[in-house]
Amino acid sequence: MNLPRISILNGRLIDPASGHDGHGDLHIADGQVQAIGAAPLGFEAECILDAAGHVVCPGFVDLCARCREPGHEQKATIASETRAAAASGITTLCCPPDTLPVIDTPAVAQLVRQLAERAGFARVLPLGAITQGLDGRTITEMAALKEAGCPALSQADRPIRNTQVNRRAMEYAATFGLSVFLLPQDPDLSEGGCVHEGVVGTRLGLPGIPEAAETVAVARILALAEQTGARIHFRGLSTARGVAMLAEARRRGVRASGDVSMHQLFLTEEDLGRFDANCHLIPPLRTREDRQALRAAVAAREVSAICSDHQPHDADAKLAPFPETAPGISALETLLPLALQLVDEGVIDLMGVIERLTLGPAEALDLRIGRIAPGLTADLCIFDPTAVWRVDAQSLISHGHNTPFLGRELRGRVAWTLLGGRIVFER
Amino acid sequence: MNEVGTGIAMSTDNPQLDAQGNLKHFLTIDGLSRDLLIEILDKAEGFLGVAQQAVKKVPLCRGKVIANLFFENSTRTRTTFELAAKRLSADVLNLNISTSATAKGETILDTLRNLEAMHVDMFVVRHASSGTAHFMARHADPHVSIINAGDGRHSHPTQGMLDMFTIRRHKGDFSRLRVAIVGDILHSRVARSQILALKTLGAAEVRVIAPRTLLPTRAEEAFGVSVHHDLREGVRDADVIIMLRIQRERMNSALLPSEHEYFRLFGLTEERLATAKPDAIVMHPGPINRGIEIDSQVADGRRSVILEQVSNGIAVRMAVMSMCIGTQNLNAQGAGEVYA
Repeated sequence: MNLPRISILNGRLIDPASGHDGHGDLHIADGQVQAIGAAPLGFEAECILDAAGHVVCPGFVDLCARCREPGHEQKATIASETRAAAASGITTLCCPPDTLPVIDTPAVAQLVRQLAERAGFARVLPLGAITQGLDGRTITEMAALKEAGCPALSQADRPIRNTQVNRRAMEYAATFGLSVFLLPQDPDLSEGGCVHEGVVGTRLGLPGIPEAAETVAVARILALAEQTGARIHFRGLSTARGVAMLAEARRRGVRASGDVSMHQLFLTEEDLGRFDANCHLIPPLRTREDRQALRAAVAAREVSAICSDHQPHDADAKLAPFPETAPGISALETLLPLALQLVDEGVIDLMGVIERLTLGPAEALDLRIGRIAPGLTADLCIFDPTAVWRVDAQSLISHGHNTPFLGRELRGRVAWTLLGGRIVFER
Repeated sequence: MNEVGTGIAMSTDNPQLDAQGNLKHFLTIDGLSRDLLIEILDKAEGFLGVAQQAVKKVPLCRGKVIANLFFENSTRTRTTFELAAKRLSADVLNLNISTSATAKGETILDTLRNLEAMHVDMFVVRHASSGTAHFMARHADPHVSIINAGDGRHSHPTQGMLDMFTIRRHKGDFSRLRVAIVGDILHSRVARSQILALKTLGAAEVRVIAPRTLLPTRAEEAFGVSVHHDLREGVRDADVIIMLRIQRERMNSALLPSEHEYFRLFGLTEERLATAKPDAIVMHPGPINRGIEIDSQVADGRRSVILEQVSNGIAVRMAVMSMCIGTQNLNAQGAGEVYA
């Protein structure tokens, strides 16, 4: 293999899997970590990265990031978004199946992987669709999708309406040991809604999505998980009651995990202001109490992963009256700074938040990534926790500039990202 | 939010006001001061006389072009806006967009740009989506004014103000008033604007009366109103009773079982008015559904001010339009008598 020998020196090494937090030089060759601490005998680095003042940690694993390819290349491409991912320290990202065509056949799954490999910035793991065309009726060839490299299955943001189909899909997925990622949102209770059903939605006259849209779906999915023994993962929990129900089920031994989108830990319905389309999200931004509960659940690891829930859009997608705009935030590049802000605000310690961005999501995928150890692939993020930068059209690499954090100064910036022992980003 | 916030800048500067604090757009009652609402009412008072003049025109908006941009059908509101604009001597364009541009796939922004290119000074906009007027105001040329003629469930501020105008003419001071609003609050932009205006003008009590299916979540907290489910209780000692139009499509659904039951419980009859103040007035933004939300005896009765609301609508719309784009003509010939 023609991969460079790299030494990363003087950094603060944080690896949640081993609990290591402290000085620790890394020596990399053949795409793998060779040694932590002293270099192996005879190791001669071709490239030395001086990480003094920087944190060295596993590359982030993002359970939900849309690259818009194939099908929506006017918004973004796999090349553009994986480049933004590399600049954000994300080395593995899961792409939901709501592409065009939908990732419901091995061919589309392979196409996504090939495009990512060709671009070379990040590992893209396609999440296979649970139902064909995400129609909620007919299940996909899940075994074939697994063979084509889908580590899990998803219905993106189009919940299965029919409970029997949902049950059968979970059973069939469990046959092949595939976990099922589900956005808990009752389709009837959420139909036509675009904001949280609460005080702000009432004042703005925007059709609401009630809390019960989530809790009804969480209850249904948990009941089916218990019935079928399927491994499920809740994508994008947004309510206090939803995370409490998950925590309670986990205590009972249900094979369930969950994640939250990073912006849900910061924004609330109040940020809608006067119809700010950049705060149009599904699930919607909820109340301060919900945000508080989500933060506590992340800290207690009842919610084991934080996602970017990256959804880049072209400018036109947000240039319409609020209910007609496309939901979603371009969120890859704010992931790390917001994570560090959680630490600043005393929500969680640095080791903990890095765990939710690496090992936690890796566990949901049942993959041995998101950790640093000799013999393992060298997917690494090296960041300066003090660097301040401004989120704007010039600084963003993603093609999507649709973020409510636009214009803000955030702290924490990636200096180098290594993917399989190769430097894929360098500031 | 406290820590990482957005929209903070937006909430401090009001997009409806220009740098001098004058009305630039009229999008919602929310965020406008009591003084400004009073100014609108006082101006409208001056315009009431125009309809009685032999020549029903004042030149406050002479040379201005006002486009009625109705993405949703309307007869009454569009007509009164058109009359208001014409009495201000403006040139008026009526565009029935629901049957033209958007049907061909043109976006709202493209429609706006095209009309701006024709040097339109003011757009009167109605649209089915909440937030449309704010969206257009955000993207309009700096010299262009936007008047919200109804956006989704959000706001219909000129209707709200003409109702305040009507109330003031009958009741004078707002601070002692007990106002009951009855009907489909959930879907009503009119109710939202009325409530905000009443609260801003200092009404003593605002009540909303409806079955739970027609009430928005946490209305008490969102608007500072009291919630009632019994019509008789709700109108007790009320000075003003505002009935809302109930859309036919809400009937025979999960919201309401039937017109019969709705009228039986929430329809306003003379008998149910008995608990209200003897001099209470009854209002309705129209068009009314006789025998569903209001009995004909009440609609045509001595307490009804429903038709007055329509005439007042023209004066209030003249006031708002002239405040937004007519200021430079304030001292023009002929305007003096209006303000005398």
